[in-house]
Amino acid sequence: MMKRQGIAEALRDGITEEMERDQNVFCIGEDIAVPGGWGGAFTVTLGLEKKFPDRMIDTPIAELGFFGVATGAALMGMRPIADVQYGDFLFLAADQIINNAAKMRYMSGGKCKVPLVMRAPIGATGRGSQHAQSMERYFTGVPGLKVVAVSTAYDAKGMLKAAVRDDNPVLIFEHKLLYGSKGARAEPGAVDATSEIPDEDYTVPLNQAVVRRKGKDVTILGWLLMAHFSSSAAEQLAAEGIEAEVIDVRSLSPIDYKTIGESVRKTGRVVIVEEGPKTGGVSAEIAAGIMEYCGESLQAPVIRVASPDVPVPFTPILENAYRPDAARIMAAVRQLLT
Amino acid sequence: MSKTTLEKAPAASAAKYDHDFLAGLYHRMVLIREFEERVKFLFLEGTMPGTIHQCQGQEATATGVCATLAKDDFIVSTFRGHGHALAKGLTVQEMLDELFGAKTGCCQGKGGSMHMGNMDRGMIPAIAIVAGGIPLAAGMALAFKMKKTRQVAVCFFGDGAVAEGAFHEGVNMAALWDLPVIFVCENNYYGASTRIDKVMKNTQISDRAASYGFRGETLDGNDVLAVYEATRRATQECRSGKGPVLLELLTYRRTGHSRRDPCHYQAKDEKEEWFRRDPIERFAKVLVEQYDFDSAELAAIKTKIDAEITTAIERAQKAPHPTLADLLTDVMA
Repeated sequence: MMKRQGIAEALRDGITEEMERDQNVFCIGEDIAVPGGWGGAFTVTLGLEKKFPDRMIDTPIAELGFFGVATGAALMGMRPIADVQYGDFLFLAADQIINNAAKMRYMSGGKCKVPLVMRAPIGATGRGSQHAQSMERYFTGVPGLKVVAVSTAYDAKGMLKAAVRDDNPVLIFEHKLLYGSKGARAEPGAVDATSEIPDEDYTVPLNQAVVRRKGKDVTILGWLLMAHFSSSAAEQLAAEGIEAEVIDVRSLSPIDYKTIGESVRKTGRVVIVEEGPKTGGVSAEIAAGIMEYCGESLQAPVIRVASPDVPVPFTPILENAYRPDAARIMAAVRQLLT
Repeated sequence: MSKTTLEKAPAASAAKYDHDFLAGLYHRMVLIREFEERVKFLFLEGTMPGTIHQCQGQEATATGVCATLAKDDFIVSTFRGHGHALAKGLTVQEMLDELFGAKTGCCQGKGGSMHMGNMDRGMIPAIAIVAGGIPLAAGMALAFKMKKTRQVAVCFFGDGAVAEGAFHEGVNMAALWDLPVIFVCENNYYGASTRIDKVMKNTQISDRAASYGFRGETLDGNDVLAVYEATRRATQECRSGKGPVLLELLTYRRTGHSRRDPCHYQAKDEKEEWFRRDPIERFAKVLVEQYDFDSAELAAIKTKIDAEITTAIERAQKAPHPTLADLLTDVMA
């Protein structure tokens, strides 16, 4: 049996099922468990305080503190899911995530582990530059920390479950325009990221990219909102006779060069699409990795489609120009093929 | 300022303790002192790699606190953690091996001086970021509370840590949720080279606890029995669900902040006053005058320790080092 769900609902079910399966799983964050409240800023934990009154913990506004608390609890065998309301707030928690959670195992000589899940919504949504950043780049390449980005409801549920069951710190990036939240918490400009979700328990591996659309002329790599725009661009390019292979990168640390490499060897041309400034993004890492892994297959240099190197502006006309879209992706593909 | 606070601090009670227990406390303090002194000379000789932040003068805080703890109570320590580690039950051998970078070290040579730890002894790798361990300790206590065990977490930190946001956030949540964690502030009057009165207006750190709604007390950190008794009270409160306690232990560093620090920033009269309150000398006096110890017995303890450390150093210097393959292991579980 299957049911169609959006990311917020699928995450809610995934968290519920993991908390039912394992008493050590708990949630910790701001405004996540308030009776009569919102279930977090994007409704993901709505109502869970009724099912799990002792394991849904509302915190003071103290990201450094409660990410540290979650790390400490994980060291003692609990399996916390800690979230920030906006990915931008991860900066406050960075000392605990990067200096503590990611390093404890190695600097103990393998004697302890940190089974900590962290969740963060990112992306530009008309709220101004401090509630709009794409934070992935600050946390990829941190040894000891797994980083993933979930673009569909199916992946969101499956990777959340895999992350809870993983004995390492896992940071899950979600996108504000992909939650599919309804009613008062619906986001203008939201994109359909719903999936058919099976009833039975399933997980999705944390370290694999996935081919969303097969093609032979060019490889388009994207994640989160950009994965959706890449698929949309590919559909439109097909009408022009260009068959693009679209890969949802999903795993940002580590990058799945096996899946990406198979595609690059087939197409020889790559466009990487990222929301966030071009300089120093995850795309730069992927481009370098492609050169090392399968560079001899490239028929042209890798092209990055990304935001300009500016903070995210508020006014809609500028924010929309900031954010890459299907048209810019298509322009990059045409540039590669001429 | 410091003198007045110290004079007001309650001394240890007149309770009687058994001989072996007291000998154990003395042994532990001398072990810490001798370990640190021998490591200092290995350093000055140039035979030991890395850096060290030592705790000579602060033996009573580590010893008194850890003497109240069970093996499965956990401590969170700092970059100045050798004393805490020895007091919690790490062996001289595993610590010396670690300092020499050997694979047989408590962290397989991958942690070093500032990350001493042994999960089987109830010590996570020490946290070298000032105040970084405070939220961790609160989280460990949260786990104990959620799992309904009787375990207690103890977080050591210095006077300098109190200025960090992590202190504020960590103690606030511990108080809010009645977590079984004891916050032990070793106030040695200096954060690195900066004196406490230069970094805060109210220098009585235990006052802060009341502002978060929990109990704090200041005591003479160089009186090992007073430290023991205060910590016992605190562990009893924690284990019965009363929430956290802040113990401010007044003490003093007899050594530099880190290697090669001659401490010119410590005033001569202040140093001399505190050296007169040396925790080991004072406890020896208590043992001889109030209990049935004689100085020969105490001297024998020191001699035995020195011999054990000598043997351990020889073994550590010959211990196997990690191979290049070990560089890449144990990043992920």
